[in-house]
Amino acid sequence: MRASLHMLPVRRHASGSAGTYPTKAKDMQHTLPRWEHFDHPSDIGVRGLGRSRDEAFAQAAQALTAVMTDPARVLARENVRVACQAPDDEMLLVEWLNAVIYEMATRKMIFGRFTVVCQGMHLDGEMAGERIDVTRHQPAVEVKAATVSCLRVACDGAGVWTAECVVDV
Amino acid sequence: MDPNRLLRKSNTEWWLAPFGRMHVPGILFASEELVRAMDDKVLEQVANVAGLPGIVRASFAMPDAHRGYGFPIGGVAAFSQAAGGVISAGGVGFDISCGVRTLRTGLSIDEVEPRRAALADALFRTVPCGVGSTGPLRLSASELDDLMLSGARWSVQKGFGRAVDLETIEEEGVMAGAEPAAVSPEAKKRQRDQLGTLGSGNHYLEVQEVVEVFAPEIAAAYQLRAGEVVVSIHCGSRGLGHQIGTDYLKSMLAEAGRHGIELPERELACAPIDSSLGQRYLGAMRAAMNCAMANRQVIAHLVRETFSEIFPSAELTLLYDVSHNTCKEEEHEVDGQMCRLFVHRKGATRAFGPGHRALPAVYRSVGQPVLVGGSMGTASYVLAGTTGGMGRAFGSAVHGAGRSLSRHEATRRWKGRAVVDALAGHGILIRSPSLRGVAEEAPGAYKDVGAVVDAAEQAGLARKVARLRPLVCVKG
Repeated sequence: MRASLHMLPVRRHASGSAGTYPTKAKDMQHTLPRWEHFDHPSDIGVRGLGRSRDEAFAQAAQALTAVMTDPARVLARENVRVACQAPDDEMLLVEWLNAVIYEMATRKMIFGRFTVVCQGMHLDGEMAGERIDVTRHQPAVEVKAATVSCLRVACDGAGVWTAECVVDV
Repeated sequence: MDPNRLLRKSNTEWWLAPFGRMHVPGILFASEELVRAMDDKVLEQVANVAGLPGIVRASFAMPDAHRGYGFPIGGVAAFSQAAGGVISAGGVGFDISCGVRTLRTGLSIDEVEPRRAALADALFRTVPCGVGSTGPLRLSASELDDLMLSGARWSVQKGFGRAVDLETIEEEGVMAGAEPAAVSPEAKKRQRDQLGTLGSGNHYLEVQEVVEVFAPEIAAAYQLRAGEVVVSIHCGSRGLGHQIGTDYLKSMLAEAGRHGIELPERELACAPIDSSLGQRYLGAMRAAMNCAMANRQVIAHLVRETFSEIFPSAELTLLYDVSHNTCKEEEHEVDGQMCRLFVHRKGATRAFGPGHRALPAVYRSVGQPVLVGGSMGTASYVLAGTTGGMGRAFGSAVHGAGRSLSRHEATRRWKGRAVVDALAGHGILIRSPSLRGVAEEAPGAYKDVGAVVDAAEQAGLARKVARLRPLVCVKG
């Protein structure tokens, strides 16, 4: 069964350390929040994990930035706020990531820090970043859109939220 | 993919008999080796497309097919409006009208070789590429509306190129039926300063040498000669198309239930052609097609300016400009009758054969040029549409090599600097703003483009005309 291949993390970052991939629920909680990438044949999957839906969404956006550059290289010089809504959690993730992509494309900015506050199916997001500096950021690729491919928002029995989808690059 | 799941009709044609929700069979054109290398998901996507309302004849996959969004990349499907057919935003994709334009330079490899590094540097300086790049124009709202209506003709009218260029662009550079009013303000804002930019990812600008001619009579009509240098530009509708794809995928998902469409995957989001949403999407998509053709026209102008600085006598003429992410209303013969169909080509190139009235007069006797991109280190090909190909997959053929490794796997195996150095060792100069981007696009991450075009030829989709070797690659 090859369908599970995309679920395997291929690049990850945990707050504080980027150690081994935790498999036990207790360990998962200790390394939250964090983001990961997962494989896709031509594009790339972004995944945010957190103790809440808000945290997972913010981490998914961090993973989006990491598709282009190392988020640690991005300075928080300017804040941008967005708001969006959707009929369900999964489409809300797509809306949120597409809002981030839109702000990056139109402002020529890249963002390194994200805060998300959801109330039901309404999301208020704030991101901090700076104008793209090709020399310093070395952006690998432009993200065209967040897609509904491999789209999932869920909370497991241990209270860990996962927010993930494939982005088209 | 296990070929035993398919019925082998020939060495390059494989059928998936209808089952479940499929209205028509799935047909894959590929060698056994290419079928084996395909992801299982390709077959699932071919079957899902075959279950969409109003599909005609079959759901096709080209030899370069790989997993896409809803439709496989390398997928072709035609829908009848009269039979309740649909138009799918996923079937066109986020990079609407991405395509390839090839220019003849009239220069020989011997003339270009001594100035190749200077040419590479100058093209990299002149043609905006990579994340965050902006083009030579900042368009007003009315200028952008005009561009969305007039495509490459708009660019020519603004001084980017020559009127004669329009003769050898699909649709003569202007896709009829564009509706700027169907394009969101967000999509327009995203495009405002992106005209004349290459983008990133698999988009590129290559200087290439014609190294082999397979069909001399067709090559002569295309004015391609071994030892001569050409330039190929691979890019699309930029931010405008990306946002139109995003906007309409969402709308089609929201409205699918209202139209009684059951989607096996959300990525297949679609709307009936004769619905208000379907018509709005058609208008917006055609606006993006015009944007893509205008974009490649402006880039071609920048390339000409660069060449004129280094090779003052060079006269760059347009071989052809063809898109490979489109949906077009076309007339095709089905069961002995001519029908108007909406043909989706997702990662597939239109490949009309000799005599087709849509072709420019200069190519009508030999069939249209089919421009097939490779990767930075491998060959590109010029193919020609064939008469037989019209009946195979609605006059469609391959568009490129197709990835064989994910971006992460590529960066795990190769470093950008090492890729640049290795290609330099093979006489290929790379210029890019991002070494990680180069690593993600390493030639080894792609399938063997030679095997792909051989399969296309053996399947009767198109005929090989010439092979092109990369000399310089500007990568976004």
